[in-house]
Amino acid sequence: MSSFTLISAALRRKKTRTFLTFSSVVFAFLIFGVLSMLQTAFSMGVDIANEDRLVVRHRVSLFQLLPQSYEADMEEVSGVIDAMHMTWFGGVYQDPSNFFMQSPVEPSEYLDMYPEVQLSDEAKRRWIETRNGAVAGRALVERFGWEVGDRIPLQPTIWQQEGRDDEAWEFELVGVYTSDVEGFDQTQFLFRYDFFDEARSFGRGQVGWFAVRIADPERAPEIAAAIDSAFQNSAAETKSESEGAFAAGFANQVGNLGLIVTSILGAVFFTILLVAGNTMAQSVRERIGEIGLLKALGFTGARVQRLVLMESVTLVTTAGFMGMVLAVGIERVLRPALAAYFPGLFLRSEDLLLGLGLAVVTGLIVGIFPARRAMRLETALALRRL
Amino acid sequence: MRATETSAAGGGNGAATAAMVDVRNVTRTFQRGRTPVPVLRDLTLRVETGEFVALMGPSGSGKSTLLNLIAGLDRPSGGEVIVGGSPIHRLSERRLAGWRASNIGFVFQFSNLLGALNAERNVAVPLLLTSFSARERRRRVAIALEIVGLSDRGKHRPRELSGGEQQRVGIARALVNDPALLVCDEPTGDLDRATSGEILELLAVLNRDQGKTILMVTHDPVAAERASRTLHLEDGRLADCGHEGTVVQRTHEPAGVAG
Repeated sequence: MSSFTLISAALRRKKTRTFLTFSSVVFAFLIFGVLSMLQTAFSMGVDIANEDRLVVRHRVSLFQLLPQSYEADMEEVSGVIDAMHMTWFGGVYQDPSNFFMQSPVEPSEYLDMYPEVQLSDEAKRRWIETRNGAVAGRALVERFGWEVGDRIPLQPTIWQQEGRDDEAWEFELVGVYTSDVEGFDQTQFLFRYDFFDEARSFGRGQVGWFAVRIADPERAPEIAAAIDSAFQNSAAETKSESEGAFAAGFANQVGNLGLIVTSILGAVFFTILLVAGNTMAQSVRERIGEIGLLKALGFTGARVQRLVLMESVTLVTTAGFMGMVLAVGIERVLRPALAAYFPGLFLRSEDLLLGLGLAVVTGLIVGIFPARRAMRLETALALRRL
Repeated sequence: MRATETSAAGGGNGAATAAMVDVRNVTRTFQRGRTPVPVLRDLTLRVETGEFVALMGPSGSGKSTLLNLIAGLDRPSGGEVIVGGSPIHRLSERRLAGWRASNIGFVFQFSNLLGALNAERNVAVPLLLTSFSARERRRRVAIALEIVGLSDRGKHRPRELSGGEQQRVGIARALVNDPALLVCDEPTGDLDRATSGEILELLAVLNRDQGKTILMVTHDPVAAERASRTLHLEDGRLADCGHEGTVVQRTHEPAGVAG
């Protein structure tokens, strides 16, 4: 028998009340887990952004084009190792609801810039050999049931082919890429820039944005400024920023998810503080005689305070742990089912640890006032309540 | 001040050699709003080691207050309280708690067992404050339950026990740390006559065979008959106090205790 036996006995004293409080805390932490997952999904690019990559876009907006020739100029800027470009294609596969990211790229440059992407040597060879060859992420291929060798038609919404108005672009799937990096977007559809540039009806030599690899992440702001100044007063001025800042800006187009999630969680945890705090306060109020008995038997005020605090922490932490376990269970179910829509839908270990830390802190906050009250109770007066 | 040290002092029939409780000129005044309410007035009392003393008196006479002072649950407004040689009125709260754990066994009107714990675990609660091994704790619990005649009921929860059995478990809890002084506040107040007799018999046996000094507050004259001495409190003073603070005591032969 240990002090935990007393804590367990106190929690089992009013089983229904403990169960209801426990359930509400479990639910709160389940919400915490699920919202953390959604936040990760929407800010996926921010979390996995590489510190040694910058993104350079048109100063006005992402949808304004930049000359492809900028690539060579950027590579001349001190501190820049390499640059490559991408362009928003925006084609429709079968139905407008089948949204996924499509972009023309230089295959070898793309693979050099994103070592996170894993593509077999055979697929690389075929991509370089096949003019209209394309590669797609594993999640995208599984979503539509594609196989290597399939012909994928994309109806243009922006980029029409020269002399073939409204006719679908047709690509041959030559490979499927994967990635070991948790949350890396495996829903992209990438095809050759040379094929795209020759076939498009307008905008030849223009691209959407550049990815730039730099030698020293510490110098990122300085290099970004140098790139922007290189194109200052040109027809297409640039805005350079870290990959993380670019991804955050993109995610914020949906809304300030961080603020929304924080607000919801704030409301949930405030409610939990009230619910669990009320339970603990009521529990101590009902046990004044019992606490007096413990003190009479020789338990010091500090020890009684510790017992009540441990009771509160045990209740909230156990429930918090259960809530997080349920959130992990939901992640296990949703992640494969929604991988093609939310490639970054997963519960990060940092969020799991944060949840558990939050549970311990909530338990302490909830227990501190009842515990202090229990500590200060005068033994003789408390015994009258027996 | 362990019972094993004091048991040689003899039973409750006058073989006392040393004072277990020495209360000197104690006053206790409570504040009711701005009005001071004296509950104990210059009270002096001596209880010898191995005595079984009953404390009687009308409600509000100060019985429980006196008991609380002797048990270290409250502090006097004036005077000295020396128990087992320790001037407990001078101890800090922390030391006083430790002193209670080692030296006092409490028996209350209601057994006040923790409903979620079985009898064994209820008895073991005071042992949480000791550094005994798990084996020693089990041994002590087993002995305490055996003394009160409930060896076969250790796994039962309080709701599965009768009122008398619950009170016996409460007594076992009071005994488990082997204290020399048992402080009993209306121990039979919630029991029927027959069960009361059994509990009083048990207390008498503890006094006689284990050498426990017992101080019992009671309203019941029949219960008081079991004690070796009865003190009457009235209006914060010992009623039969003679000249120069000498307590005039009424002694009884403990009824029903053989030998």
